[in-house]
Amino acid sequence: MPKLTVDGIEVEVEAGATVLQACEEAGKEIPRFCYHERLSIAGNCRMCLVEMERAPKPVASCAMPAADGMVIKTDSDLVKKARNGVMEFLLINHPLDCPICDQGGECDLQDQAMAYGFDASRYAEKKRAVKDKELGPIVKTIMTRCIHCTRCVRFSEEVAGVGTMGAVYRGEDTEVGPYIEASINSELSGNLIDLCPVGALTSKPYAFTARPWELKKTDSVDVMDAVGSNIRIDARGSEVLRVLPRLNEDVNEEWISDKTRYAIDGLKRQRLDRPYVRVNGKLAPASWDEAFAAIKARVSGLDGKKIAALAGDTIDCESMTALKDLMGKLGSANLDCRQDGAKIGGTRSSYIFNSTIAGIEEADACLIVGANVRAEAPIINSRLRKRWRMTAGDFRLAIVGENWDPTFKHDYLGAGPETLSEILDGKNDFAKVLESASKPMIILGMGALNREDGDAVLATARAIADKFGLVTGEWNGFNVLHTAAARVGGLDLGFVPGEGGLSTGEILDGAAKGDVEVVYLLGADELDMSKLSKAFVVYQGCLGDAGAQVADVILPGAAYTEKNGTYVNTEGRVQYGWRAVFPVGDAREDWKIIRALSASLGLTLPYDNIDAVRTRMVEINDVFGSVNVPRKAAWGDFGKAGVMKSEGFASPVRNFYMTDPISRASVTMAKCTEAFVKDAAAGKVA
Amino acid sequence: MLQDKDRIFTNLYGFQDFGLKAAQGRGNWDGTKGLIEKGQDWIIDEMKASGMRGRGGAGFPTGLKWSFMPKESDGRPHYLVVNADEGEPGTCKDREIMRNDPHTLIEGCLLASFAMRAHAAYIYIRGEFYHEASNLQRAIDEAYDAGLVGKNACGSGWDFDIYLHLGAGAYICGEETALIESLEGKKGQPRLKPPFPANAGLYGCPTTVNNVESIAAVPEILRRGGAWFSSFGREKNHGTKLFAISGHVEKPCTVEEAMSIPLRELIERHCGGVRGGWDNLLAVIPGGSSVPVLTKDVCDDVLMDFDALREVGSGLGTAAVIVMDKSTDIVYAIARLSEFYKHESCGQCTPCREGTGWMMRMMQRMVRGEATLDEIDLLWDVTKQVEGHTICALGDAAAWPIQGLIRNFRPEMERRIKEYRARIAA
Repeated sequence: MPKLTVDGIEVEVEAGATVLQACEEAGKEIPRFCYHERLSIAGNCRMCLVEMERAPKPVASCAMPAADGMVIKTDSDLVKKARNGVMEFLLINHPLDCPICDQGGECDLQDQAMAYGFDASRYAEKKRAVKDKELGPIVKTIMTRCIHCTRCVRFSEEVAGVGTMGAVYRGEDTEVGPYIEASINSELSGNLIDLCPVGALTSKPYAFTARPWELKKTDSVDVMDAVGSNIRIDARGSEVLRVLPRLNEDVNEEWISDKTRYAIDGLKRQRLDRPYVRVNGKLAPASWDEAFAAIKARVSGLDGKKIAALAGDTIDCESMTALKDLMGKLGSANLDCRQDGAKIGGTRSSYIFNSTIAGIEEADACLIVGANVRAEAPIINSRLRKRWRMTAGDFRLAIVGENWDPTFKHDYLGAGPETLSEILDGKNDFAKVLESASKPMIILGMGALNREDGDAVLATARAIADKFGLVTGEWNGFNVLHTAAARVGGLDLGFVPGEGGLSTGEILDGAAKGDVEVVYLLGADELDMSKLSKAFVVYQGCLGDAGAQVADVILPGAAYTEKNGTYVNTEGRVQYGWRAVFPVGDAREDWKIIRALSASLGLTLPYDNIDAVRTRMVEINDVFGSVNVPRKAAWGDFGKAGVMKSEGFASPVRNFYMTDPISRASVTMAKCTEAFVKDAAAGKVA
Repeated sequence: MLQDKDRIFTNLYGFQDFGLKAAQGRGNWDGTKGLIEKGQDWIIDEMKASGMRGRGGAGFPTGLKWSFMPKESDGRPHYLVVNADEGEPGTCKDREIMRNDPHTLIEGCLLASFAMRAHAAYIYIRGEFYHEASNLQRAIDEAYDAGLVGKNACGSGWDFDIYLHLGAGAYICGEETALIESLEGKKGQPRLKPPFPANAGLYGCPTTVNNVESIAAVPEILRRGGAWFSSFGREKNHGTKLFAISGHVEKPCTVEEAMSIPLRELIERHCGGVRGGWDNLLAVIPGGSSVPVLTKDVCDDVLMDFDALREVGSGLGTAAVIVMDKSTDIVYAIARLSEFYKHESCGQCTPCREGTGWMMRMMQRMVRGEATLDEIDLLWDVTKQVEGHTICALGDAAAWPIQGLIRNFRPEMERRIKEYRARIAA
């Protein structure tokens, strides 16, 4: 632990820390552009120069390892002069276009120029102009503004794993951009916008939309996948304008996927902003009372067995709780939150990501079964890549299922259950890797579990976990990767068939046969809607997607940006999302709609505010009592041994950019699909 | 004057064949095995005793540099990298060695590699030196065929391989870490230091980068002893040295001379004097384009060594003496150098990337006088903002010539500005 003196303040820092970190420890702010905690050190902006005793020249603090006995000065005349000089150099070729620059107000260069810049330019020569680059539908470039910090180059190389970006030419002609005229084919490309300290890389969909000081910022949680990325929703008035990542070391660090960031424009189209009731085969606008009356008319006196409820993939836990309780009051056990029919539930450790996302950084081998992690959860894929880089390539990753590219070295073992059996029997070389690993892990995707033989696959995976020591006292390397934000919450709440109840497939078949007469779709759109043509369908949700097409009554709900809600991510981490704007039109928060419906059916649910709903959730399952910290799940019995089919595992995500009603309605996601998933129609995964 | 018997490079002018037989006739490869048998510590001690300072420009003591290499390998191989990317304007000494006396270099590589426990040496040669690379490669092939290098080199039991790599003509690749990057197949951009190459250099392994002349002198130093080498020159500036004199002299040449020879003697004895006589001298850049220019009154009695030139605000650099007589447009000459540095800046770090272009444009205006008197101070300020703030020394190299100009020729710059202003006023 080196001890050093910064401006007369003695600090002790961890071994391996840099002088810059030591200065921060001492409470000294060091200006920087190229330095970023999560990227390799470039040391090229020269803004962080400090004076070091016995060094003939000022040193770049970001690149200098802190050593015992160093004496650092951060506020001497020499340092001030050096920084002013660097700032002047950065500004001479930077356009003075702040008034029309989208970075304005949140620009590192602007902010630091206030502290280190002159009031006038001494540069009388011609300024440089650089041709803009085409980086696809997400990142807008104005390369004349670039200050060559190479954060974007390092991010795409190190975190995203696509070597698209680089610096070409040299000297003052240096241009940062793609080596060849190619867009950045990465699910994480939007993070380049956050990383760029100036306005060279800005958001294309958000261009010229707002200034940061106009925005109301709300902390929330993403629902586009099951990672539960922590986000900040920026809204102006009633409109959500953008989504940015929020720091959470345990979940998404400070990255979010492009879908998380950009699918929100889907919330501006095809919104259900008022109740509808189907009259003479046509949906007609109605009042809340009329809608409730229509439901009441159909449900009254109906046997509970003929009523069923299905919950969708982006629904909050409060709504599922309310609907589950209502179904109980209606005497129905027919409920399911697994639209894809995945064979999961029961023992909690059998359906969560036990090792946790941050736990990936301890693992030394990973077997991925039936999941295209890059498309299903890009943030988790970047964590796997981070682990691979941390271990200098020693982290062994193997894939069973579709042959997708995790952006780093891996072994492709095979397509289906046969390979899984081989591993279990020790006939596959990767068995030895798992055996010798001290913290091995398996990631089981929905592609492996949403099949008829899902139970048997689960049992085989479990057997592998037991045989190769994936589960020890401290370490649990058995992981299920979900694709739906609502899934773990639904399972935790027991939103699954009760005693004698029907599951998703049985409900749909029952509805087709006429055995099930009323189906309540709570934001459920990923179903074979043709089977619901005979049933009386109540659709509650925020967008006019597949479910609304077949509905007999539409109850307009709130989108995830418009309600306070609880979500449980794939790790089993309970997180709260907060309302950024109010629901559109007559739409209401979903649990309140169900509560109101229950009153009009004469089956009033016993909660009047969200706290009471949350108390009820804890009553159902006490994991809801520990927010933000995932609770370790005890290892237990699960899986049913059986015959596995020979067909290969297929990821449920065919197109990363469109997986739910919101992203399907998004213009940006449509553009991304066109740009990056040309083969989507042919069934190829992005 | 250095006597012929004390010359290290006896075929500098190519009067004899560069090949192995002729080289052996000149004494190369004589008793190499015996030198190796004296051991690594002996070699490094002799090099320290010789007082040699690196011949690439920075003048860091060679023996000391070698002693930074780990004594025991931690499993990583060690490498010697020879910097043959001789790109400093005015400098033409290494190319003479490689073209006409390549075996001095190859033998030096073996001895130096052995001393720092390296089994491989890479020679990174400037891409434009095609003829030199061709001769050097032929010499390497001869040495392999004769068993002088390769497995059990010279029968010493030391396995040693030597590789020649052609660069692509970037000046910055002469900076040792940029050279390593380029050698690894990356864009030639200097690395941050620390870590220094002795800890993590080529492919992350302990590496020493030396100039061609430093390495090529090693065999002769070891054969004759460090004391012999240190008998030339002043204290801390020992040995013989190749001087490359170009510009306005009667007979430009590259010549081996003792260190600390007076500049005037060097020019008058070996180059037939300044064109038009000593009094026609305007200025001299004594060490390649990167060092500040000297005026005639300094040149009258300055000695050519590291410390003497530093005392007069310049430097020995590569000992490439650029002589300019009174017909020279000194402002234009320096402006041309600014253009060179602007063109060769790698663009990695801010002060150099932005500063070299700014300095060049101001210098170009200064040539025409198209500026204000204040702008001379601004130009000085800009050079000071570049100097010492960059990752590598190219920033300093771009700044110093201009600083030398302003320090020594400010009246000339002011004259042009005043004339220009008078002209546009009229």
